[in-house]
Amino acid sequence: MGDDKKVDVAAHAAAFLAQDDVHEPMHDKNLWAARMKRDAAAREVPEWETLRELASQIKEHTLTHLYDYLLEFESNAIKRGAKVYWARDAAEHNQHVWNILQEKNISAVIKSKSMLQEECGMTAFLENRGITVTESDLGERIQQLDDQPPSHIVMPAIHKTAEDVAQLFARTIGTDPRNTDPHYLTEAMRDNARRRFLEAGAGMTGANFAIAETGSFVVCTNEGNADIGAAVPPVHIASIGIEKLLPKVKDLGIFIRLLSRSALGTLATQYTSHFSGPRKGGELHIILTDNGRSKRLGMPDFWTSLKCIRCGACMNTCPVYRRSGGLAYGATYSGPIGIILDPTFDESRYSELPYHSSLCGSCTAVCPVKINISDQILQWRKVMAAKKYLPVSRRLAFGAAGKIFEHPQLFRSAETMASGAIRFTPDFLLYNRVLNPWGRHRELPHFAGQTFREWYLQYRAKNNEHGEQRP
Amino acid sequence: MENNARNQVLAAVERQMPANKTAYPETPDFPRMKTDLLAAFENRVKDAGGEVFRPADAAAAQALLASQYAQAKVICSATPEITGNRDIHAVNNPHDLADVDVGVIRARFGVAENGMVWLTEEDLVVNALGFLSQHLVILLSPQAIVGDMYDAYLRIHLEDTAYGCFMMGPSATADIGAVLVHGAQGARSLNIYLLA
Repeated sequence: MGDDKKVDVAAHAAAFLAQDDVHEPMHDKNLWAARMKRDAAAREVPEWETLRELASQIKEHTLTHLYDYLLEFESNAIKRGAKVYWARDAAEHNQHVWNILQEKNISAVIKSKSMLQEECGMTAFLENRGITVTESDLGERIQQLDDQPPSHIVMPAIHKTAEDVAQLFARTIGTDPRNTDPHYLTEAMRDNARRRFLEAGAGMTGANFAIAETGSFVVCTNEGNADIGAAVPPVHIASIGIEKLLPKVKDLGIFIRLLSRSALGTLATQYTSHFSGPRKGGELHIILTDNGRSKRLGMPDFWTSLKCIRCGACMNTCPVYRRSGGLAYGATYSGPIGIILDPTFDESRYSELPYHSSLCGSCTAVCPVKINISDQILQWRKVMAAKKYLPVSRRLAFGAAGKIFEHPQLFRSAETMASGAIRFTPDFLLYNRVLNPWGRHRELPHFAGQTFREWYLQYRAKNNEHGEQRP
Repeated sequence: MENNARNQVLAAVERQMPANKTAYPETPDFPRMKTDLLAAFENRVKDAGGEVFRPADAAAAQALLASQYAQAKVICSATPEITGNRDIHAVNNPHDLADVDVGVIRARFGVAENGMVWLTEEDLVVNALGFLSQHLVILLSPQAIVGDMYDAYLRIHLEDTAYGCFMMGPSATADIGAVLVHGAQGARSLNIYLLA
């Protein structure tokens, strides 16, 4: 996370909104469709709410006993023949990978999607050392070819149209630029990736869950790309965040039922793969990585964010994410979950993120492990305000708002004044590209001629003329 | 250094763990699927992009395979019932399976809730058979269907196998324009032959 420059989320969002009339509506529509499918899938499971509660409790149990479960996982994984490494931070994680590759003389790896490896900046690290790294997940490969990070945890290239991909593939793998058929484009990438699968010296994966009881880990994909990476090259390297642990195999019955239903509204991913030790004739290396997780575990307001199972449901439902696109967040994790994770990596750099939310609470409502996401977003705003990360203008505005809400008399006069003022504030100010990038695409609400309080007082006065009519 | 990293991560976790411990919850006995498990399984397989067939016996299955994959040059079977032209037990290197058109594997059981089948390293003989093959035929006993994922996890023993996979239809992606495409990286199609 090298440079310390603050991410200007609003400017990024404005750029996504302003590019044309195609991308933003498409993004919004596709993500909302995923949200609708999620609702339908959840309704089909009568015990859905119980499952969410159980998943939340199991994760909280694991995290509050993490020390023991890490030891149990490690000893069982070693017993099964895996080699286990520990990494305090991203640099140490990457160094382990590099050491393993060097020792085996491996110059090409094929990797499936792993947010942890993304977080560690692993691909750039390896490429700088002459390793060819190929993403095997189609969406992730699209982002790699376009030199962009993933914009969504589950659908990395969801912000791109088929036309965008056709142009990109024409430029990078030589497809026909006019052919935008997703079947044609997917087939072209299948051919391209398969050669690389066969040449790779190592397959890299992440993990969705790690099971202490057996030292196993589970990887969920729809393409089967993680499985090819683990089954074809002789070496399998798995990067696992220390928060991925679950105590028992039977816990998977709950988590597998929740994961894909929450993510895409499907009953499960096409492949749910369980690795317990190296495959016949292969090697398995597991890198247990902290990279800020233990620190997060000690933050009373934010530690439950470690329950996250990376389904992306909070992104699909978020009205701000759907309009701004995931790249606006300028961070590894985007959407509501990103807002609460990213500042734990760098408070200053991501100090604007907590304001990139409507606080509508929809993220909290869909979270399969019941993380109080919107509460934590609000909590982060308090942190940012207390540490004076806010730009002066916003600090003054929030300061004034605080005063007004504390004093009802002030609020009432402000309310009347605002509805008057808004009529006379020139559009130049409200819709100015630089001062308010969001305003360009929004009409401000029309203020009612009368405030609710005015109406209520009048109503009560009128009713009193005819005497009390309350039951 | 390595030992240092391990001890430091563990020490940090021990130090930072919340003092308020959450108990491991009791899992209630959820209502189980009472409908016809096999019919439910068949429907879910179709939803996931697979197809189900009911050959009368092994000979009929062999004939069905020959008719469905008339163009296939390399057929590799990990089952005694179906004969191919590539001997899986002679394969030492997974790369030797790169040209397989049809892979044939027997699954341990299926799951009615979602149409998954459970395959282990022992069933695949060489894991890559399940992923490099262009098309897959999965043999499954019609009696071996469990209701849901709770039942499924009671049936599997991760300590007995280095690799196990719940496979739910062929490889799929919707990464380009949110359009569903089968055959992204793994098998392009998955046919299930119900065969005791």
